[in-house]
Amino acid sequence: MKRIALLGMPNTGKSTLFNRMTGASARVGNWPGITVELLTGRILLGGDMVEIIDLPGMYDLHGFSEDEQVVRHFLHDNVPDLALIVLNATQIERQLSLLLQLKQINLNMVVLLNMADEAKKFGITIDTAKMTEALGIPIFLLSAKYGAGYGEALQAITKALRYTTPGMAEHLRDQLKSDNQIEAEMARVLRHSVQVPARLPDNLTDQLDRLMLHPWLGLPIFFGVMYFLFQAIFFLGQPLQTGVNDLFTWLRDAAIAPLLAILPAALQGLLLDGIYNGVATVAAFVPLIVLFFLFMAIVEDTGYLSRAAFLMDALMAKMGLDGRSFVMLLMGFGCNVPALMGTRVMRSRSLRLLTMLVIPFSLCSARLQVFVFITAALFSPKAAPLVLFSLYLFSFGTAILTALLFKGYLPNSEPFVLELPPYRFPTPRQLVLRGWHEVYHFIHRASKFIVAGVVMVWLLTHLPPSAAPASADTLAGMVGAWLHPLFKPIGITSELTIALIFGFVAKEIVIGSLAVIYGLGGEALSHSLALQLDWVQAYSFMLFTLIYTPCLSAIATLRSESKDNGFTLFSVAWSLVLAWLVSFIFYQGARWLGY
Amino acid sequence: MGESPFLYRIMPAVALSTLVPGESATIVAIHTEGPLHQRLLAMGFRTGKPIELIRRARFSGPLQVRIGTTDILLRGNEAEKIMVKKT
Repeated sequence: MKRIALLGMPNTGKSTLFNRMTGASARVGNWPGITVELLTGRILLGGDMVEIIDLPGMYDLHGFSEDEQVVRHFLHDNVPDLALIVLNATQIERQLSLLLQLKQINLNMVVLLNMADEAKKFGITIDTAKMTEALGIPIFLLSAKYGAGYGEALQAITKALRYTTPGMAEHLRDQLKSDNQIEAEMARVLRHSVQVPARLPDNLTDQLDRLMLHPWLGLPIFFGVMYFLFQAIFFLGQPLQTGVNDLFTWLRDAAIAPLLAILPAALQGLLLDGIYNGVATVAAFVPLIVLFFLFMAIVEDTGYLSRAAFLMDALMAKMGLDGRSFVMLLMGFGCNVPALMGTRVMRSRSLRLLTMLVIPFSLCSARLQVFVFITAALFSPKAAPLVLFSLYLFSFGTAILTALLFKGYLPNSEPFVLELPPYRFPTPRQLVLRGWHEVYHFIHRASKFIVAGVVMVWLLTHLPPSAAPASADTLAGMVGAWLHPLFKPIGITSELTIALIFGFVAKEIVIGSLAVIYGLGGEALSHSLALQLDWVQAYSFMLFTLIYTPCLSAIATLRSESKDNGFTLFSVAWSLVLAWLVSFIFYQGARWLGY
Repeated sequence: MGESPFLYRIMPAVALSTLVPGESATIVAIHTEGPLHQRLLAMGFRTGKPIELIRRARFSGPLQVRIGTTDILLRGNEAEKIMVKKT
């Protein structure tokens, strides 16, 4: 099968073009010579199936960024039959250098000058015929977003595929000439074919930025936007999540449970409470992920995410993070899973890993449920809001502490020189495709891990079969007893330890598991907890719940996003150690003070 | 003093980080190396190119500059290494 590689600088609409070409058929895949996964799609072109690969955006063929190295290694080990070079027509003066570098390595190529619609608005005129002549490469103007010029370009691509790449991409870097020569060549090509007005007209972007990046109003507007996003995603998402849960419960009671009734009770339990609940856990995340990426795609595609980087950089740089990390951290307060997936917008691996290490400390809505229940049971209505607020402070505090502690180990290698793209309208097609890709990715990568984890916890809390579920006689009870010396200094009882083992799967089930462990529900459980625990123990339990591993789905996502088991293990271990230390200091401190 | 051609010639180059928003200048030297240098070149930073400081973020945050049709964000310590002459 012939291969077409998409190449270009960031912000050229390369991915939009890729989506237009491949639609929903795109999948992630591994390639020889590189460690990151690339999106690929197969389409029918001129009667033959061809594979299209979306390479990461690059500024410079001999650049040092991770993405630039990925592209170099990819080209070295997987020479494409055709390279589609996507350039931003509004920045043609600058981007031509990349084209000339690529031309020197003798790839068979077609050049697409994207964002023709924007260039026209800027008053930039490009004579593609003259440029084709000057460069000796077919060049087309198009708008990948709106589709203008797409048909013509596709025909040229089909035609160019008949002649495959003649040279090999060996000694890629040796062949590259000095920048001076590239510059002279750039001037020659541009002189005849491109006209850019001396001063750009004052456009909508400038006017909007005067407000959005205003010295005083910029930050309040940013927090307003974030608040709105948060509300939109999680207040729309939670009913949907509940709906999916209800649907699965209904399906279970109406169809699956009766169907399995002939099986032995233990097997029924494993299938229903283990595997089926695992699948339901995965499914409950789907509406949240779709909504999250729908809104994130809007923030990203409109160009506002780069503005967030501008506004928040002064504060975040001290923690080794940047403004985009801050956006993801905030979104983590709704749900950590999509926030972890969203870190993909950061192209520097160490910046991404540091952000992923920090996000799990965001007090997500599932943990909030636990805290609301326990605060209501053990604190007066007057104290409850303060208690909840203090937990949010601990959440921020642990996140900042983690960033400060580990920024030295994960130094950001990418220079902070970002492009500030003009504001753009995302198209519905782009948004829908994004949501679909992310859900597919999550299900494909994380579901097995999550189901396996749910089954494991079910086994722990139900074996041996003779023991009452989640009681002290089960494996979980034994683990709880065994861990007791560790949890005693932080005031956590063995019943609560079993609840923490459940909480490893999902915080949503912590209260439910307490109901099973105590054999009580609702009001009765609240009373029983209030009798057995004092507020210091309860607060210590909440601190531990806040800081230790958010949930199995978050771990599965950490693993699938970092593709590094060591890092995932470290993140889990660090959160456990930190949870224990914070709870210990709090519990012993409070006791020492006489509480 | 930017009015006089003579004064312009002897006017010392200053760091990009010292410009005030709205001021235009010409890049005269880029004292960076490695990845940062490559990135700056790719973003369109070249000696002789006109550059404009659009705005600065609060709390000594990044600078927004414009070269040709591209708007770029960079931090103050990076902008210190780029020498310009005001126009």
